[in-house]
Amino acid sequence: MTKQKHAKEPLMHLTRRLNFSPKYAWAIRIGAFVLSILVCAIVTTILSPKANVGFFFRYLFTGTFGTTRLIWALFRDLAILLLLALAVTPCFKMRYWNIGGEGQALMGCLGAAVIVSQLYGKMATPLVLIIALVVAIGFGAVWAVIPALFKAKWNTNETLLTLMFNYIAGCLGAFFVKKADPNTTGSLSFLDSIGNAGNIGSNQFILIIIIATVITTLMAVYLKYSKHGYEITVVGESPNTARYVGIHNKKVIIRTLVLCGVLCGIVGFMMVCFKDHSFKAESATDTTVGGLGFTAVLISWLAHFNPLAMVLTSFLVVFITRGAKNVGDYARLGANYPSMMVGIFFFFIIATEFFINFKISFRQKGELPKEPDDLIKSSEETADKTRAQSADAAAATPASATEA
Amino acid sequence: MKKTLITIIAVVVVASMLVASLAGCSKVFKKGITEKVELSEIKIGLICLHDKNSTYDKNFIEAMEQAQVDLGLKDDQVVIATGIPEGDECYQKACELAEAGCNIIMADSFGHEDYMIKAAKEYPTVLFAHATGTKAAETNLDNFVNAFAAIYEGRYLAGVVAGMKLQELVAAGKPAKVGYVGAYTYAEVISGYTSWFLGVKSIVPEVTMEVTFTGSWYDETAENTAANTLIDRGAVLISQHADSMGAPNACEAKNVPNVSYNGSTAAACPNTFLISSRINWTPYYTYLVECRQNGVKPDKDYVGTIATGSVQLTGLGTAVAAGTSDKLTEVKAQLAAGTLKVFSVDIANMTVGGQPVTTAKLGSTELVSDGYYHESIYRSAPSFDLRIDGITLLDEKY
Repeated sequence: MTKQKHAKEPLMHLTRRLNFSPKYAWAIRIGAFVLSILVCAIVTTILSPKANVGFFFRYLFTGTFGTTRLIWALFRDLAILLLLALAVTPCFKMRYWNIGGEGQALMGCLGAAVIVSQLYGKMATPLVLIIALVVAIGFGAVWAVIPALFKAKWNTNETLLTLMFNYIAGCLGAFFVKKADPNTTGSLSFLDSIGNAGNIGSNQFILIIIIATVITTLMAVYLKYSKHGYEITVVGESPNTARYVGIHNKKVIIRTLVLCGVLCGIVGFMMVCFKDHSFKAESATDTTVGGLGFTAVLISWLAHFNPLAMVLTSFLVVFITRGAKNVGDYARLGANYPSMMVGIFFFFIIATEFFINFKISFRQKGELPKEPDDLIKSSEETADKTRAQSADAAAATPASATEA
Repeated sequence: MKKTLITIIAVVVVASMLVASLAGCSKVFKKGITEKVELSEIKIGLICLHDKNSTYDKNFIEAMEQAQVDLGLKDDQVVIATGIPEGDECYQKACELAEAGCNIIMADSFGHEDYMIKAAKEYPTVLFAHATGTKAAETNLDNFVNAFAAIYEGRYLAGVVAGMKLQELVAAGKPAKVGYVGAYTYAEVISGYTSWFLGVKSIVPEVTMEVTFTGSWYDETAENTAANTLIDRGAVLISQHADSMGAPNACEAKNVPNVSYNGSTAAACPNTFLISSRINWTPYYTYLVECRQNGVKPDKDYVGTIATGSVQLTGLGTAVAAGTSDKLTEVKAQLAAGTLKVFSVDIANMTVGGQPVTTAKLGSTELVSDGYYHESIYRSAPSFDLRIDGITLLDEKY
């Protein structure tokens, strides 16, 4: 019992890194990316007798850069994911945790699908597309603003509400598909009606890429240089400060969510009218958006809400997804293999963020410190102090020591 | 940090372009559909909706693996793309496979068809085949074909086996009532349950059947519940057209004989499994390869039969009635010889609303002639969707 007199130093403890150079951080991130790809390669060779590391890299690259068509498709996928990430970014900067990008984009898809399926043939096609865009934007904005109103008025938890709204949107979509065509297995095809919408000449990819480039630039400027962008940051960092300097918090929240919904609506419109030329909602989760709205949350987060960095993070995710699909097809690893590879990638990247932000200090070899106070080295002073004090108290009272 | 970031992005973009300029050439197959192709030049792409976790796709994938072995193709001559939804992804994947050098591309799901046609128009030297589709004849492209099998004959034979069992149950005092779990109210499902019912009826003429639908090709809970509902309503024997183990397991739990689909369920249901029918796609894949080798256009609407080995029955379960095996051989021979027609419009075989069937149209083509409904003759995909007497649909919401 006397051995417990001094608090034992834990094997390791965490301290927050206060000064790290961005260069060092990016070096770590790139290292982690390379490492994650290597782990993907090794896991693949374990999963499939057909594959070795050379096989993995060969098909990873031929699946992404193998032909001109694949490169266009890669950048179009990147554009869609990037736009969804951009849409939720202002919310996150405001510390409004909107994880409803999925549902908001799906509502955009639904709005476009309703218009195309009901109005096509009744008026000129360009007019149908314009109305589809407007309605898609409206649907997306409404879906984003409802939780924002709840938040502004009753301070409800936006994370839960936006999450649940995703599933409601999915169910509405499935309902519409069944109503519009009771005989389908869950999707409506517009191939015969607007199958060529979104093509510039014979290029079906470039329009979405151009739109994404423009919106990314505008968003970067909006967040960094506009008054609105500044207000978003202030509301995010300290709502009280915002209030004192005369920023109307509720107004900023609602305005930002309208922006988010509008962007999601645009993405939804492009998915239905320019990319898929169909609308799918087989169930609440198996839809046209297909989980990209959730991936976008991670994209935005990993890029620290910086629109330009998001180009890079979404590129990496799309690269791995598309490359892994090709590897999986040739190695016959099944439909879920690409998700596994993306999972490994995210695991490494998120772990990296942890190591960039925190430092692990191991117990020093040699003599144990005589006084518990010697343990205090880090910026977590108070926490350690409390721990040490309670340890002291435990040692002092025999009863509690026995319990321990 | 911003500088670093911009540098990184620039490097990525430049690197991509560099790789693009090096690798950005496609390997689209150059020889036309009517030119002869060496076996070593063959490259097949298979586009599947799900993967082996679905019995439906598993059937296609395993048949492709068998065809690869039979033909002696190398691994990189067969690409199997799984998890391809019925949308733009299917079109993109078909194009990507074409650019990767595939000269035969096959898709397995009904909803893939429009996207396959779109790709077929872009790559005229590549042969696109689509299972269960209906549009090959009307689109009239040289390089787009449909395929199916006369699975209704397999279903009918499975129905005969079920009929033998039902006869035994009726003799033991049970009612002559059977049940069927369907996915959707499509021609494919209607044709399936009707042919099965007619098989049962050929042995037990007074049989009646109730059918219920789940609205999904794969919903284990719904299929299980549906089978239980049918059993509770007095069905003494169950079959199904949906892809999960829901119905067979429900039958095993209540000791009700079951006829399954797409493969044997004998291992999971040893006491109740009777027989299962399935389409074997290997003969069709082989046929496509032979067509390319010989420079011949394949049939626009291919129908595999018992004779081509496309319609297969599994072995009989231990629960079948005595004499089943002999009866099965006898009926199979009649079907193969053409003396027996499953969809005979003879009044003893089927009536609709108490009246004999005299006409049915597919577009402008008359399907009823020579005393039978011509299923899968003018179009490979099933078209039979008459609601014949003796079968009650409990719901039609799907």
